[in-house]
Amino acid sequence: MLALVALLALVVHAGPASAATAAPCTPDATTGCVLGTIKTAAGEPAVGVVLTVEGGGESVEVTTGADGTWSVPVTTAGDYTVSIDPATLPEGETLRDPSVTSRTVKVLLNSQSRALFALGEPTGGATTSPTSGASAAPDDGPGPTSGSSTSGGGVTGKRVAQQLANGLVFGLLLALASVGLSLIYGTTGLSSFAHGEQVTLGAILAYFFVQTVGLDLWLAAVLATLLGAASGWLQDAGIWRPLRRKRIGLTQQMIVTIGLSMVLQYLFQFLLGGGRLRIDTTNPTRVSIGPVSLTQQAIVSAGIAVVVLAAVAAFLLYSRTGRATRAVSDNPALAAASGIGVERVIRIVWTGAAGLAALGGVLTGLYFQSTAWNMGGTVLLLMFAAVTLGGLGTAWGALAGSIVIGVVAEMSSLVIPSDMKYAGALLILILVLLVRPQGILGRRDRIG
Amino acid sequence: MDWTRILTNVAGEAFAPATAAYALAAIGLNVHFGMTGLLNFGQAGFVLLGAYSYAITAIAGWPFWASVLAAIASAVVFGIVLGIPTLKLRGDYLSIVTIAAAEIVRIVSRSTSLTELTGGNSGLSGGDGFKKSFEALCPFPDGTTTVWLWTYPNCTSGSWWLRVAAWAAVAIGCLLVWRWMRSPWGRVLKGVREDEDAVRALGKNVYGYKMQALVLGGVGGAIAGIFYTLPTAVQADSMGRTMTFNIWTILLLGGAATVFGPVLGSVLMWTVFMLVKSVLRDLDLSFISSTQSEAFSWMLVGLTLMLLVIFRPQGILGDKKELAIDVR
Repeated sequence: MLALVALLALVVHAGPASAATAAPCTPDATTGCVLGTIKTAAGEPAVGVVLTVEGGGESVEVTTGADGTWSVPVTTAGDYTVSIDPATLPEGETLRDPSVTSRTVKVLLNSQSRALFALGEPTGGATTSPTSGASAAPDDGPGPTSGSSTSGGGVTGKRVAQQLANGLVFGLLLALASVGLSLIYGTTGLSSFAHGEQVTLGAILAYFFVQTVGLDLWLAAVLATLLGAASGWLQDAGIWRPLRRKRIGLTQQMIVTIGLSMVLQYLFQFLLGGGRLRIDTTNPTRVSIGPVSLTQQAIVSAGIAVVVLAAVAAFLLYSRTGRATRAVSDNPALAAASGIGVERVIRIVWTGAAGLAALGGVLTGLYFQSTAWNMGGTVLLLMFAAVTLGGLGTAWGALAGSIVIGVVAEMSSLVIPSDMKYAGALLILILVLLVRPQGILGRRDRIG
Repeated sequence: MDWTRILTNVAGEAFAPATAAYALAAIGLNVHFGMTGLLNFGQAGFVLLGAYSYAITAIAGWPFWASVLAAIASAVVFGIVLGIPTLKLRGDYLSIVTIAAAEIVRIVSRSTSLTELTGGNSGLSGGDGFKKSFEALCPFPDGTTTVWLWTYPNCTSGSWWLRVAAWAAVAIGCLLVWRWMRSPWGRVLKGVREDEDAVRALGKNVYGYKMQALVLGGVGGAIAGIFYTLPTAVQADSMGRTMTFNIWTILLLGGAATVFGPVLGSVLMWTVFMLVKSVLRDLDLSFISSTQSEAFSWMLVGLTLMLLVIFRPQGILGDKKELAIDVR
């Protein structure tokens, strides 16, 4: 453990050397600056903290440099929301007011606006004391934006094991969402770009139930999943079935999903703002298994994912409806001819897929330790990568592909800078298409 | 509500450099989708590469035209790299791979480990000097000029000079597309769009034609990147998926497979966008903040895209008989 902490300390200190050269934003006639400095309780610069600046229709992420400063140039005047990702704070640091993770600043062109976040002992006493997080090094918060800019201090067995474990957990959570995406593709031929928003929906519903209504996390997760499934039913009944009846082509439908994804994404932003939302604000408890340290939530989430995925597999293999689903996937016309209610199967698939995506969203939101209006957008491409990698339209392929993508994304941060880890996973997708276009478990005739 | 100011702003948006840049990018996408039927969902990647290649070489002190060539070269390379694995596959594979590739270049170019080259996640701003070589070419004297309602600087940042240059580029783009559509080469592309196998049966190299279209349309995107970033700053996150989707909305709004569709679409989309945003802001509704009015405008863009594709896939200028959107 000591060695790991020392290693991470090294990472944190080695990181800013390259980031220090970042040109600070200078305001001019067309540029305004949002900026600030983050200092630890002891007054040292806080390095590698990730902030999101949101407004003017854009969202920009920055990482604090060696002197704890950060700045973002903006080109439209207006209100901007600056949110801090608490998971990236240096070891042992907490926000002085843990409930405030975002601030709104007014930005004018040709001027500077500061957004301040004070670190120190929480004054509200709402969260646990910072010492309990002593083993939680900043690098462990595997958010979509973990900020460290270096690839770390070399590849050690311990790091490999740690990243492998992170990757497996992430892959399992990703699989929950991508299995549904793949089943929708299989039964209807539609690549739904709005599936990412189903994931976000689950996460923000859980946030709403836990933080606003004050429900228990378990109950909130169940409710979010059910409501997510209901949204899938509604979507099919309200949009996709009418479009199928109207004989709108699949490419057109695909572009409709893109429009829908924009509408939903900005609806979430409209309702909840651009900041980061923490479903669970308590500091995670960490469990060590051999060389690997995971949060308790990650382990429970992975367990839930395994159970649910096994249930989906059993459903597809042994239940009547499941067999009908596979038949529709194989050949809708033949399935219809042999008396299967294709529309009914598709409705069930949409409902189930949206429910699985919502559950995946809740668990991913917990795993990332925060969610946001655009989380689904980040995950969507990884889902597509997973589904294409495994073979479009096959449920097993989506599962295998998700795990490969999860592991590749997390392991790649051993050798490339961690803010590029998703690029590594997407690159694998393109390379696989070069060698085996039908994916790992796909069939040749599907690629056209 | 100050209608004069709002309408001046809205009309100013109609010939803003960003509108021209979007029109150029949509012209490029028109070559991909309208002429050849390629489902490219990574047009923002071409825009981003063009913008960064131009800015980085301009900062390194290259003359303007050399930087433009660098932007074009980056689009050619990206197009070829993207085309090799995907052009032989079915349409929806191309869409997923292009969107993934665009995302890869965005993630890489905003990475803090490339800060010295790309400015990391804060990007490159005018202070880094990428606008100098363009502004040095400005034929107008320094200062600002007022034409009727609009006052802009002559040479710096979002200048009259930039507007003239950007719209000249749009005009050249339209002229080229008009020529291409009537050339034998353009007719083969149209054939590829309608029935690939028939064209192959005629002994044409379909793969080669698709590759040429992909590269040429990508070059349009790269040039758009130059004009998109010259008025403001080079910022990887402003050239992500949302931009690609906007370009698609513009193309489908104006009409794919038409010469002026992309231009009309871009002007229409951004003026209406500006109008909705400014009116909502000026109404000063208690339940809508200014960030929310922005989000609301984007929701409208998404809704427009959905409704267009369902009810009028040929857009305003298009011909429904000519373009079957549903390419294989």
